[in-house]
Amino acid sequence: MEHNSMNLTLKVWKQKNKNEKGRFETYQVKGISSEMSFLEMFDVLNEQLIAEGKEPIAFDHDCREGICGMCSMYINGRAHGPWHHTTTCQLHMREYKDGDTIVVEPWRASAFPVIKDLVVDRQAFDRIIQAGGYVSVNTGNAVDANAIPIEKHSADEAFASAACIGCGACVAACPNASAMLFVSAKVSHLAMLPQGDPERKIRAVNMVQQMDKEGFGSCTNIGACEAECPKGISLENIARLNREYLGSMLSGGSQNSI
Amino acid sequence: MSWKNYFSTSIGKKIQMSLTGLFLILFLIVHCYINAQIFWNDGGEKFKEAAHFMGTNFVIRTIEIGLFAFLILHMVQGLLLWSRNRARRNTRYAVSAGNATSKWYSRSMALLGTLILLFLVVHLNAFWGPNRLSQTTGHGELDLYVMMRDEFQSVGFVAIYVFGCISLAWHLVHGFYSSFQTLGLTTNKYKTIIHGVGIGFSIIVPLIFALMPIAFFMGWIS
Repeated sequence: MEHNSMNLTLKVWKQKNKNEKGRFETYQVKGISSEMSFLEMFDVLNEQLIAEGKEPIAFDHDCREGICGMCSMYINGRAHGPWHHTTTCQLHMREYKDGDTIVVEPWRASAFPVIKDLVVDRQAFDRIIQAGGYVSVNTGNAVDANAIPIEKHSADEAFASAACIGCGACVAACPNASAMLFVSAKVSHLAMLPQGDPERKIRAVNMVQQMDKEGFGSCTNIGACEAECPKGISLENIARLNREYLGSMLSGGSQNSI
Repeated sequence: MSWKNYFSTSIGKKIQMSLTGLFLILFLIVHCYINAQIFWNDGGEKFKEAAHFMGTNFVIRTIEIGLFAFLILHMVQGLLLWSRNRARRNTRYAVSAGNATSKWYSRSMALLGTLILLFLVVHLNAFWGPNRLSQTTGHGELDLYVMMRDEFQSVGFVAIYVFGCISLAWHLVHGFYSSFQTLGLTTNKYKTIIHGVGIGFSIIVPLIFALMPIAFFMGWIS
């Protein structure tokens, strides 16, 4: 692979806090290696800013290996940048050429307010999980892992849905700022397993109601979420959530519903 | 939870859009079949027979009330969803993905729907309105075949119809599949079929509709 070093112009969203109005700032970075990840390029920029006595740019990150769901940059109009099935931390600088200008924005959704610069508050997702994204289990001895037989196909499908890392790229990419792909993945991985069955009639309804309350938009089946999801969560999950919802609706739901 | 609550969540509203949309799709099939009778080129005999049945039959006239109710629900709910969804992003992106991650017609359903609505105003004012007015004032049914033949001599009028049909086609390309997705019917097993049928429907039905004014204008039928 070709190794090279590049100079770039970055236009980055700067915002002091939730209430302050933000603006774009332009920065120059020099000698960026094509081997670097996108976040390492930001580390270089921040070191440079600190050396100049300026405030570094705040951005979310944690594992830097594509599994935690913390990184969240909207790069040149694309959630997590241009690569398919890739988080921002796994996007590498070999994508760019010397002299490129890159515009970096935070996730933009009313339900994800900007806390500072590129960091947004994604606690709305946690509250949706609290509304029903779990199974209730009485405590006691740990049950044998294989006590309930599960068909291989269902287990695989449930696992594919459970791959959602809750990064919020679906919300960021959706023109309606809808959280349906996230909620549907969380409903799906429980809907396909026997452990999720007892609470299925209330789960979908409660999670959808919480999703609405948080101020996410509604799904119009556009598909931008699926195109941008770093974990390849498919739109079939949304169809399944719709089925779960209709199932609850037509069967009269549960008395435990909100 | 009550029916009302189920229908008022974001998914509930989408179910309203889906069911009313599917009803309007069924209406398009009937409307297209009846009007396609003009292509027999028999001076409008077969068409007049069908139009007389549709215009006077009690059951059809009752369904017509439902059709208008569903059409209004589809329009009002659609526009409300559009405006609410827009408000879910206070600050817009400086750079947007555009067509890289989604199709333009999927993002433009409200605009396409509004164009169809404007077309409907012209369309109902030209045929349905005068006919029902004549019926209710005791003057009997109008000869819709003659009205079509006369109206479709104008280039501008034919152009409005063709434009209306194009808007309808793009609206259907997204709407047909979307209505099944909202009802959760687009499983791996059926989604290819639904997609294919949807695209076929979106091309064939608006094309047949568009051929009606064109055929009169070009003198293919007289």
